[in-house]
Amino acid sequence: MHEWALAESIVMAAVEEATKEKLKTITQVTISIGELQQIEKEIFLFALNELRKSQKPPIKKDAFVLRTEKSTLTCHTCGNTWKFTEMKKKLNITDSESIHFIPEVVFVHTRCPRCGSPDFEITKGRGVILSSIKGVR
Amino acid sequence: MEPRTSVIEKRLKNIHRIIAVASGKGGVGKSMVASHLALHLAQQGHRVGLLDLDLYGPSCHIILGVKHQFPTEEKGIIPPVIHGISFMSIVYFTEEKPSPFRGIDISNIILELLAITQWGHLDFLIIDMPPGIGDETLDVIRYMKNSEFLVVTTPSKVALGAVRKLLSILIELKKPLLGVVENMTMNDSAFIEQEVQRLQVKYLGKIHFDHTLEESIGNPDLLLKTQVMKDLGRALATIQL
Repeated sequence: MHEWALAESIVMAAVEEATKEKLKTITQVTISIGELQQIEKEIFLFALNELRKSQKPPIKKDAFVLRTEKSTLTCHTCGNTWKFTEMKKKLNITDSESIHFIPEVVFVHTRCPRCGSPDFEITKGRGVILSSIKGVR
Repeated sequence: MEPRTSVIEKRLKNIHRIIAVASGKGGVGKSMVASHLALHLAQQGHRVGLLDLDLYGPSCHIILGVKHQFPTEEKGIIPPVIHGISFMSIVYFTEEKPSPFRGIDISNIILELLAITQWGHLDFLIIDMPPGIGDETLDVIRYMKNSEFLVVTTPSKVALGAVRKLLSILIELKKPLLGVVENMTMNDSAFIEQEVQRLQVKYLGKIHFDHTLEESIGNPDLLLKTQVMKDLGRALATIQL
């Protein structure tokens, strides 16, 4: 349940932002989930809904909207771009699980599929981001 | 919006003291001092955590002999307990492979580790810092606001040159400085002591070069009996942790 810790960060950030904006109720929280982090969406949503119950300002039931962001990795050496899903099949479970916990270890366990360089960049789809919140003042 | 920064304070709130073992220079024995410090405090009955933040070259796991261990998943990740120390390191996720990280990746890894690690109640969290005043040092200062610094140098003028820069910035930022430990000494020169005192920083003492230390690496029971441990204990007695 590593997802729980990330859900907790989303809920705390949403409440912090809502307090700053003087919202009385949070009606929508849109979350972008980077493909690289390989979040179990059901567990993540369950955690969000459990954590939601004790917040002030309150977060409405079904407020969470999850959007997956496809990954883009770009090689600094040859300019190649690719998606994590294209290489995931070739990874062993341990390496894939490590990337789930710390997405940056993708630089440790994978290489550019075209030139073999470890010098590439996660241009899109790294991890969990709070995209927007909506609420009532 | 970056959500992870919002949860860090909560993750650290049950930690009484955070001590970053740092140096401006590499190779001065930070990991050795950090590991010994963690073992020393654990042996005294304190609840201790050790976070290896040397992401390119983690080595505390080698010093403590950590093998075939992995954090437990429970509303985040719970570090395994090694010889009484809750031990967290990037090595659980990188194994012994090379880690080619750029600056932004370093900051992301630190944020992730701080956001997902469930330390529980600790009396001390010791951080083994990488050398210099780069991303890791700045991130520890930014996200771990209550951290105190224990600075390590060797008797070398070369090491002191870089250590002086670290001390200057910590003083400028008004960070609590526990003092400076002089590691791997081979004579009774007072040069480092005088230079440290000139900066109005507490000089904690010497850790003599220990020819037999290598034989104790990987074995915490032996580490507890090293000359390094005895000298460090004496140095720490001057500040009463």
